[in-house]
Amino acid sequence: MPAATKTRAAHQNHPLEDLIRSDRIPHIWCPGCGIGTAFSACLSAMKGGGRNLEKMCMVSGIGCSGRAAGYVKLDSFHTTHGRAIPFATGLKLGNPELDVIVFSGDGDLFAIGGNHFIHAARRNMDLTVICVNNLNYGMTGGQAAATTPHLAKTTTTTAGNPESPFNLPLLAWASGATYVARWTILHTRELTECIQKAISKSGFSFIEVLGPCPINYGRRNREKPMETLRLYQEQTIIRNNADPMDLDVDFKKKVVLGEFVDKQRPTCIESYDRTCRLPE
Amino acid sequence: MTGDEACAEGALAAGCLFFGGYPITPATEIAEHISARLPAVGGTFIQMEDEIAAMASVLGAAWAGKKSMTATSGPGFSLMMENIGLGICTETPCVLVNVQRGGPSTGLPTMGAQADMMQARWGSHGDYEIIALAPSSAQEIFYQTITAFNLSERYRTPVLIMTDEIIGHMSEKVIIPPADQIRTEWRPKPRGRKDRFLLYKPGPNGVAPMPAAGDGYKIHVTGLTHDEKGYPAMSVEAQQQMMERLKRKILDNRDDIIMVEEHQIEDAEIVIVSYGISSRTSMAAMQQARAMGIKAGFLRLITVWPFAEEKIQALAQRVKGFITVEINLGQIHLEVMRAAAGITPCHLVGHHGGTIISPDQVLAKIKEAF
Repeated sequence: MPAATKTRAAHQNHPLEDLIRSDRIPHIWCPGCGIGTAFSACLSAMKGGGRNLEKMCMVSGIGCSGRAAGYVKLDSFHTTHGRAIPFATGLKLGNPELDVIVFSGDGDLFAIGGNHFIHAARRNMDLTVICVNNLNYGMTGGQAAATTPHLAKTTTTTAGNPESPFNLPLLAWASGATYVARWTILHTRELTECIQKAISKSGFSFIEVLGPCPINYGRRNREKPMETLRLYQEQTIIRNNADPMDLDVDFKKKVVLGEFVDKQRPTCIESYDRTCRLPE
Repeated sequence: MTGDEACAEGALAAGCLFFGGYPITPATEIAEHISARLPAVGGTFIQMEDEIAAMASVLGAAWAGKKSMTATSGPGFSLMMENIGLGICTETPCVLVNVQRGGPSTGLPTMGAQADMMQARWGSHGDYEIIALAPSSAQEIFYQTITAFNLSERYRTPVLIMTDEIIGHMSEKVIIPPADQIRTEWRPKPRGRKDRFLLYKPGPNGVAPMPAAGDGYKIHVTGLTHDEKGYPAMSVEAQQQMMERLKRKILDNRDDIIMVEEHQIEDAEIVIVSYGISSRTSMAAMQQARAMGIKAGFLRLITVWPFAEEKIQALAQRVKGFITVEINLGQIHLEVMRAAAGITPCHLVGHHGGTIISPDQVLAKIKEAF
C-alpha cells in the first residue's frame, strides 16, 4: 500500500467512533461472532434517532454480549449476572429523563435473569432490551442455555440437549411487552430501524437478535460460520405481526423474523404517577 | 412509632428518594411506611420481584443520582449479597437495613436475633471493608438511618443498618426534629473537564467524586476489577490498587466512622461489650452489678463494622475481662477475643435467638467468671 493511502486510511474515522470507547479496542469478541454486528446496529440506532445522547445509558449483565456496555461511550453499566434489568429499572425510576438500553445475552437475560425480564415486561418498565441470542453460554466456553435447541451439542450436553428452548418473543408478549421484534445479524437495516423505534417508543421493548457463535456453538454442531449465515438467509421468513406461538427458533423449519408486537399501554412510571402521586 | 417506622422516617429525613423493596418479616413495615410517604416528597417506591432485584434497583437509582435504600431480613439479606458486592466494587452509596430474625434459613421469621453480624462483615464474596451500624431503640434507628446515609454519601459505599425484630416491632416515643436541625450530606460532585474525569481517582479523604448518569461524564461502571477511569483491568497490579483503595477509604477514616458509647468504663474491671437490642440488656446488667459493688462498665458499639478493635486493645491492658452480650452463639465475641489477643479473658453471654437476653443471665456470667 502506498504510504499516502496508508496515512489517509489511518485518519479515517469510523462512522460510530464518537460512540465507541476506542481506547478499549480491541474488543473480546471472537472472529465470526455476531455480537459486534448487533452492537453496531444498536449504536447506529442510538445515534440516528436524534435523541440526546447525554441522557442515554447502556446497561449490561455478564457474558460476551454483556461486554457491550464496556465499549459504548455513553454512561454505561456492566452489572452482575442476570441483573441488568433490575439495575436498569432503578436507573430509570431514579431519573425518568434517561433513555435506558439493556444490551445483554440470552444466558444472562433468560436463565439467571428470566424472572427480572418477565416482571419488567409486566410492569411495562420503560426500557429497551436487546438480547443477542447465540444459543449458548459463549463466555464460559459453550454450555447449554435456556435457548439451546433440543438435541444441540454443548459442553454440558455432549449427548445432545435433553431440554427445549424458550420462544423469547412469545415470553415477552405473554409478559406484557409493548414492543417485540426479532432479526438476525444479517438483517442489520431492519434491526437498526427496530432498535431506533424501540428507543423512541415508551414502555418495555424487546428485540431478539439471532447471532452466530461459531467458536463455541457452531463448531460443536457441525455448523460452519458461513452455514449459520446461510441459515439466517435461507431458513428465515419475515412475517410482521406473526402469531407469537409460531416463533420457535427451529432452523429445520423457517424461523420467523419481524416486528410482532407494537402497542401502547401506560408505562410503569406513568401508572405510578397517576395512581400514587397526589395531583398538584 | 415502631422501630421500622422510625427507620423509614429517618430515611426520608436524610433525603432518600428511592426504595426498592421486597416484603419480608420483620422488615416489611419499613417498606409499607415509606411506600406511602415517598410519592408525596417526589420519591419513588417499587416492590421488586425478589431481593436480588431490589438491591440491583437500589444501585441503579443511586447512579441516577438519588439517595436510595432497601430493607430486608435474613433470607433476603442472603439474596442481596451479590449486589452488595457490586455496590462495594463500584463504590455506590446506598443504605441497606437488615431487621434480623432467627436463622439459619427461614428460621424464626417473627422473632428477633443478632445472628447475621458476620454475614454483614463477609457475606459477599471477595475481600472488602463494610460499614455497619447497630441501633438500640426506635429513636436511635431514626438518627442512625440519617447517619447511615451520610456515611454512605461521604465514603461512596453501601452502609448496613443491622437492627433486629425486637427493635423493628417495638413501639417507642420518637422525636423527629425540624428539618433544619438535621444534617444531611451528599456525595461529592466532580468538577473540571468532563472528558478528563476519572471515576475512581480519590480525593483527600480517599473517596472519588461521583457524577450521576446523564451528567455528561460518559462514565463506565463495572463490577470487574477496574482502573481509576473505571475500565476493566485484568492484572495483579490493578487488583492490588483497587483493593487497597477500597480498604483504605474505610480503614484510614476509622476515627470518623467508628462510634462507641462508654458507660462507667473509667474504673471498670469488667467490661460488657454489646450492641443493638442487647445493649439495653447490658446497660441494665451493668447498673445492677454496680449496685452490688462490682466494678462493671459497658462499651456499646454503635458502629459494629469496622470493629472498634483499638478500643478493646486499650481496655484489654487494664481490665480483668470482657463479657460480650449478643443474640447469637458468638460472633462479635470472636472479634473481642481477637482484639483482646489473650491478654484478658473474654466471655460470651449468647443466645440461640428468638428473644432478648435478660440482665440476670449477664449478672450470672459476671459472678461465675470473675
